[in-house]
Amino acid sequence: MSGDNIKIKICMGPGGIAAGGNDVIEAFKGQLTNQRINASFGEQCSLHQVGCRGLCAKDVLVEIIIDGKETIYENINPEKVPRIVKEHILGDNPVKEWIAGEDYDNFKKKQIKVVLSHCGEIDPEDMNAYIEAGGYKAAHKALTSMSPSEIVETVKTSNLRGRGGAGFPTGLKWELGLRIKSDVKYVICNGDEGDPGAFMDRSVMEGDPHSVIEGMIICAKATESHKGYIYVRAEYPLAVKRLQQAIDQCLQKGYLGKNIFDTGFDFDIRIFQGAGAFVCGEATALMRSIEGKRGMPTPKLWRSAEKGLWEKPTVLNNVETFANIPKIILNGGDWFRNLGTERSGGTKVFSLTGNIKNSGLIEVPLGISLREIIYDIGGGIEGGRSLKAVQTGGPSGGCIPAALLDIEVDYESLAKVGSIMGSGGMVVLDETNCMVNTAKFFLEFTQAESCGKCTPCRIGTKRMLEILERITNGNGKEGDIELLEDLGSHIRATSLCGLGMTAPNPVLSTIRYFRDEYEAHIKDRKCPALVCRNLITYSIIEEECTGCGACKRACPVDSIRGVRKKPHKIDPELCVKCGTCFDVCKFKAILKA
Amino acid sequence: MKKILEKILKNYYENEGNVISILQDIEENFGYIPEEAINWFSKKLDIPASRFFGTATFYSQFHLKPKGKNILTVCRGTACHVKGSERLINRILMELDIPPEEDTSEDGKFTVERVACIGTCSMAPVVVINGRVLNKVTLDKLFKEIEKLKKRSKYVRG
Repeated sequence: MSGDNIKIKICMGPGGIAAGGNDVIEAFKGQLTNQRINASFGEQCSLHQVGCRGLCAKDVLVEIIIDGKETIYENINPEKVPRIVKEHILGDNPVKEWIAGEDYDNFKKKQIKVVLSHCGEIDPEDMNAYIEAGGYKAAHKALTSMSPSEIVETVKTSNLRGRGGAGFPTGLKWELGLRIKSDVKYVICNGDEGDPGAFMDRSVMEGDPHSVIEGMIICAKATESHKGYIYVRAEYPLAVKRLQQAIDQCLQKGYLGKNIFDTGFDFDIRIFQGAGAFVCGEATALMRSIEGKRGMPTPKLWRSAEKGLWEKPTVLNNVETFANIPKIILNGGDWFRNLGTERSGGTKVFSLTGNIKNSGLIEVPLGISLREIIYDIGGGIEGGRSLKAVQTGGPSGGCIPAALLDIEVDYESLAKVGSIMGSGGMVVLDETNCMVNTAKFFLEFTQAESCGKCTPCRIGTKRMLEILERITNGNGKEGDIELLEDLGSHIRATSLCGLGMTAPNPVLSTIRYFRDEYEAHIKDRKCPALVCRNLITYSIIEEECTGCGACKRACPVDSIRGVRKKPHKIDPELCVKCGTCFDVCKFKAILKA
Repeated sequence: MKKILEKILKNYYENEGNVISILQDIEENFGYIPEEAINWFSKKLDIPASRFFGTATFYSQFHLKPKGKNILTVCRGTACHVKGSERLINRILMELDIPPEEDTSEDGKFTVERVACIGTCSMAPVVVINGRVLNKVTLDKLFKEIEKLKKRSKYVRG
């Protein structure tokens, strides 16, 4: 072995775990033991699990650092581990063909990591690693040498806006929280990341839990609060575990609890696990949920900063917002402000998914163009197909068509084209995706998640969904598009909370940019993207069929007939259009039309 | 059952619990929310059973019926949808003979659940099989897993 100091970092973010990160860790442990290398902490060779590195498409990513020289491997599985250990760690000769290539470099180039600066670098379960990386310096600074109003001023200067989606200036929220006097005040961190297609907050809570806690401590000092809650989705068990671990470590070290840093300041944090309701991401619903009730929004007669949880003043921010705070306190408000645009400071984390080559977690300065994100960072569309639209903001957002790809990504520009920034989901749609079906998908979601309290949302979304269902089933009627637009604008205007007010967005924005697709469904009874089941047929191209029988065996309803080595036939009466035959045919003999 | 309920009650008092935390404890211990458990707590705490019931039906984490031995959770997030999760669900339901409007097979061996999003979008589509995440799922991959589960449950009767 050449070096004395060997570090192996294995990506265990959401992508890493799903790609089998645990097995890779075990394989490394086994190999290192076999080779009699002492692979424990602080020894010659150390093994670390780290948070999300970003390029999940190439997971499991493994970084090996020998005497400060970094090498990153992509697509690693347990079978590849023995060779890496033998050739690279023992022989000091990296395995060239597995080293992360061009995609990885391009992926990183235009990103600036503020919130994610520790993700993928440090072991999230190791508090010392966080402290060594500069952690808790900001909290120490805020508690020992800054007054609450100084902290508020710094955050105001930074131009940080709420990263949950609405974009309310964080400094203003904190100022109000400080101004209102009360014996009890609360700080709440909203980790109820419910948007389908988004995993920014999950990655931060799992990959760098201490940064969230540090941000909350600073917020508590700034607003003179002594009790905090983190509301985490039940679907994120690892985030709950890591946050709880981090809280316990802080209590032990005296960074939480009584008399933090010997300053006489007290602050406690408790985790509250959500129970699976999207609407609980809405501030008032979230607070009712912590109180143990059904998570139903209440009219906003007061700001939460005046009357929130248990009717007490409450400052509620999103996970990513809190994770930004320590960096702002350390580097100053101006530094953060200058990273972004004039109206919104800093960077934003997005989860880039869907039909894109380099899917993963990215952090970019606000004001970057959508084109740069999709093509420079994301590497373009998979399989050489063409881009149709980018969906941002989840079920509350909209679809931005390919023609508008040069817009800047910030709160105002996205709103102008009928979408929203949202919490950071960015789903890429290509020519194989049907826009009517996409709109229906989002409405199905909001309809199911509607709490049922106010009529426009409860019944309005139901009626909209019924119309979309008949359109995708081929029973659309003349005037349906106009009816959707009419209903949508009423629901938007009259719903009680954000969920209802934004629910029509996916429908309205797809009608705005893809009206022709709606019309094709209604007038021609055709789905141009060949997605909607009732509007497509499957048949076998006789010349291409080899009669192998693969489709016949796979068909769940026995609708395919034929003898071996002779062209087969699909019985359209029996076919349920599940598409299995299309998937299993190796000769491209199944025609979808 | 009473012993477990007593334990949950103790936890409620010690950790300043509420209706949701009680329901979460019940679900964790029994795998669903039995009616008797709700009635028991309703009497003990003098909270109307309707409050428990109303809360349990509001949140998708709670089940009022027992679940099957094997649990397949199909992610219905946007990324998974774009990559064809709708077709996966339809095909699984067919394969496992689960009647429409139901989520558990008649023999109680399989439950198919949908989840809004589990945050593994870059690996879409994903299906969680008994807690293990299966990524970039194809029908082929899925059938193999289901076959394995079917074989296993043949030996473990009960």
